[in-house]
Amino acid sequence: MNDAVRSTHSGEFAVEARGLTKRYGGVVALDGLDLSVPTGSVLGLLGPNGAGKTTAVSILTTLLTPDAGTARVAGVDVLSEPQRVRSLIGLSGQYAAVDEHLTATENLEMIGCLYGMRRRAARKKANELIERFRLSESANRPLKTFSGGMRRRIDLAGALLADPPVLFLDEPTTGLDPRSRGELWDVIRERVQAGTTVVLTTQYLEEADQLAHEIVVIDHGHAIARGTSQELKRRIGGEHLDIHLAFPEDLSRVETIVRPFAIGAIRIDDQEALVSIPVATGVEALGSVMVELSAQNVEIVDIGLRRPTLDDVFMDLTGHKSQEDQS
Amino acid sequence: MISMIRDATTIARRNMIRIRRVPEVMVFVIIQPLMFVLLFAYVFGGSIDIPGGNYREFLIAGIFTQTVVFGATFTASGLAEDVQKGLINRFRSLPMSRSAVVAGRTASDVVYNMLSIIIMSLAGLAVGWRIRGSVLDAVVAYLLLLFFSYSFSWVMACLGLLVPTPEVVNNATFIVLFPLTFIANTFVPSDTLPGVLKTIAEWNPVSTLTHAVRVRFGNLPAETPKPTAWPLQNAMLYSLGWAILLIVVFAPIATRLYQRTGKR
Repeated sequence: MNDAVRSTHSGEFAVEARGLTKRYGGVVALDGLDLSVPTGSVLGLLGPNGAGKTTAVSILTTLLTPDAGTARVAGVDVLSEPQRVRSLIGLSGQYAAVDEHLTATENLEMIGCLYGMRRRAARKKANELIERFRLSESANRPLKTFSGGMRRRIDLAGALLADPPVLFLDEPTTGLDPRSRGELWDVIRERVQAGTTVVLTTQYLEEADQLAHEIVVIDHGHAIARGTSQELKRRIGGEHLDIHLAFPEDLSRVETIVRPFAIGAIRIDDQEALVSIPVATGVEALGSVMVELSAQNVEIVDIGLRRPTLDDVFMDLTGHKSQEDQS
Repeated sequence: MISMIRDATTIARRNMIRIRRVPEVMVFVIIQPLMFVLLFAYVFGGSIDIPGGNYREFLIAGIFTQTVVFGATFTASGLAEDVQKGLINRFRSLPMSRSAVVAGRTASDVVYNMLSIIIMSLAGLAVGWRIRGSVLDAVVAYLLLLFFSYSFSWVMACLGLLVPTPEVVNNATFIVLFPLTFIANTFVPSDTLPGVLKTIAEWNPVSTLTHAVRVRFGNLPAETPKPTAWPLQNAMLYSLGWAILLIVVFAPIATRLYQRTGKR
């Protein structure tokens, strides 16, 4: 997504935040976060629980006042004109819910009315979205009878109802099965194609990889890395060597064998009996490791080289950080 | 202002839908008031003596006030539930009026109370209660009950936005509302109470509300001595004064609390 197909304001950035800071008592939730989201693009805010993602979204959606910093959404200042900002955004996520005792239609109609639409227009729009999300058959059932995935779709529909130019999606697919997740991704992509700017928080690296043009990795309230998914992968460089062992008992022995070849943190997955190491020179390392392993009689199921994933990026970034903290 | 009324109507409409779908609402609004009338009429009805009168007739006004005062807790638990479920966050992210959520809630609770009062009136009529005053007086009595309950809803709205979970509401309100509705003339004439309790009962707005309603319904026996305490002598005015005071003080507080409530 390069240029905005549809832009409701002349600015280059749909979301701009400078130095956002928020403390709760002694805990720093946000520590000077800067964000710039070009109009029509998707920003992925990636980080573990408690990293400050939801706090950032809460500030940008006017739910929370920052202790310091400024923010503009669709060109409007969040602190001085919150009510105008609210008419330009849609929010969906873990903490912005729908009424489980109301039907899908009733929920969406209510949200439409509260955006200032006329009741009939709100109902028409609600029905369109319900059809689009393939929920027509369940439209007149209270949401408490819905599955998690269906409920999330209604939640997202609520955010889309007034066609806001900027969407904030706070962990939109947390807790969903892969199929529901894929369906939600399709809907989000569709909106982005129509020119909507999206800020998306997620704990799933795959989600950021799939949807976001730019990713900001946050930890302890500030950005520890930013760039496209490609750039982030390139940053940690090289390739990864994955070794699947036949017997999990060999894991620690293998770790010792491969240590000299690793250029970063070695990742060990006990359940999968997998050892994953970042290496500088792929093929060379692969050959040497195989020789060592067979010399020591370690039985392997599979061994292979792969390009780094966002998972590796994240492990690498936060791994370094926590080591710094300890020293 | 127009957008405030429109948004509050949308919220109130949503709350009205819930009355049909949420069994607890039904129980609270319809079953419980019905039970109170029947229980008090048959359990205490025979053993409490009102000089020159009929206890059932004396009692009904007390049950009405007790029910509408307790009915106001619905405002608190409803808002607390909206906070807990994350609906308040949804509302706060929408370009709607800042006071509409609480205003819509207190308005729909008037409708809940109206339903309760209708049920109780019918049950009352069935156990022998009669309106002995004029129609106009009866209408004034009903309006006073609803208005007082409405004003009390604003106090409860503040509570609902402060408590961590809806469950806390019932415990917190019980401690306050139980003495408030019992240290009063709701179930027994206040002059039967000892010393300090009598004074408290006389100045308790629940007493004056009950008294005003009882008088308007013509349910006070003719030989009842005229009250000596000023609030009871001016029961209507005193109750209205309280109601207006509660709204003036608590409505702005509730709106402020709403703006800073919500999960992060």
